[in-house]
Amino acid sequence: MIKIALIGFGTVGRGFAKALIYNRNIIQRKIGEFRVTAICDSKSSITGDFKIEDAIKYKLDKGRLPENRNAEDIIELGDFDVLVETTPTDVFSGEPGLSYIKKALTTGRDVITSNKGPLVVAYRELMTLAERHGAKIGFEATVGGAMPVVKMIRDELAGNRIRRIRGILNGTTNYILSRMEKEKAPYPQILSEAQELGIAEADPGYDVEGIDAGAKLVILANSVFGKDVKFDDVEVRGITRITPEAFEIAVEKGYTIRLIAEADEDGKLEVSPRLVKLTNPLAIYGTLNAVLIETDLAGEIFVIGRGAGERETASALISDLVDFYGNCSFH
Amino acid sequence: MRFTLIVELEDKPGQLLKVIEPISKIGGNVISVVHDRHKVSPLKRVPVEFVIDVDTEKVETLLNRIRESGVNIRSIDEARMLYTESFLLIGHIIHTDLSDTVNRIDETGFAEVVEIHITMPKVSEPSTAIITISARGREELGKAKKILREICEKKDILVIEPLNEEST
Repeated sequence: MIKIALIGFGTVGRGFAKALIYNRNIIQRKIGEFRVTAICDSKSSITGDFKIEDAIKYKLDKGRLPENRNAEDIIELGDFDVLVETTPTDVFSGEPGLSYIKKALTTGRDVITSNKGPLVVAYRELMTLAERHGAKIGFEATVGGAMPVVKMIRDELAGNRIRRIRGILNGTTNYILSRMEKEKAPYPQILSEAQELGIAEADPGYDVEGIDAGAKLVILANSVFGKDVKFDDVEVRGITRITPEAFEIAVEKGYTIRLIAEADEDGKLEVSPRLVKLTNPLAIYGTLNAVLIETDLAGEIFVIGRGAGERETASALISDLVDFYGNCSFH
Repeated sequence: MRFTLIVELEDKPGQLLKVIEPISKIGGNVISVVHDRHKVSPLKRVPVEFVIDVDTEKVETLLNRIRESGVNIRSIDEARMLYTESFLLIGHIIHTDLSDTVNRIDETGFAEVVEIHITMPKVSEPSTAIITISARGREELGKAKKILREICEKKDILVIEPLNEEST
């Protein structure tokens, strides 16, 4: 019986909880019996014998959970094998997730997270901590949402030398740029459209300045190239200055413009708008994410998928769960 | 890209093939061939001038293959600028002295601005341009790119670079 504690019960946390309900049979076939023993959000919690469905309903009805224990208390109680951490991202401090993750790893518990912050701030430290305490840390959900990237490179491309990774790691900016290309409309107009559709946040800086993509690139570079880089090492330029005319001129030359995150084995680390040939697989449209991986043996591998969304993120979190506890059967 | 190649061939049958075959195999196109029998060299070789159209990345390979077939290359188009790349610039391009930006690239001698297309929607608003730079070689293009980046950073112009599609 695998015991799961869930910290963070917003969109991502609830999405994970729902996926555990809907896909219980599929997951159980892979990892055996499992139970959620504790859930907490920023101010309240639920522990002991409860049904996931009831926790979701309580939270939606009352805006909180029935008990007053906080995340620290739950980690202290220690009634879990794996901590699933889905608190909001702060790529500069890593908190509050960073403290929770460290605490859980120190007590030898495994951790699965969708939160970029802790890994951007303290990637190497967390890996070392996990190793020292015989624990595992899974973070597939931090990069590219549902797209298999981290484990695909680690497992399926094991034995390859990875030369370069280039990708579109932020769906919001890709939506804005592809709409600017199609509509030949100015940036502020398309940004408001994206905000109305809920694709861009009210404060869009995190996405449009390239910070979100930069954070994901840090995690990728550290995990793929074995580096110990920080957010400050990434050269980041956003999309706010791009004009509609830029697309007109670019298209005449057979290009479009996309926000590309690029890391290579020589240490290049850059997020910037780039001219992308219209025939390049990375010239994708809408909120999709994509990654082009260049390797020595396998050549080029291209992955495309949905980079955000509660179900997509849940898919990635569960893939780490199965990776940790699966019995490797494909039945 | 298109360039002129002058080779020296022995005056016997089948020599032209040594040049034409590599061009065809690499997917290039022969635009013209001038066979100048009046200028036979002291070693009894005939200079033949080819104008060839071939993908820029393939030029070096092509020249190597022609050399490997035992053909002597007398000259290749003096001003050949093999490597070309386009960059988008966004900012106050004109107000910050466009000709200075161009001159700084041209005065390197190994690279030059071969095309600029600029649009200015309104006087006070930033303009957008695509600038194409040609250089003698890959390394020279890299240097020219660096110069462009430095100039534009000082002038607060956003440079959008192309995604290089050649594999590393």
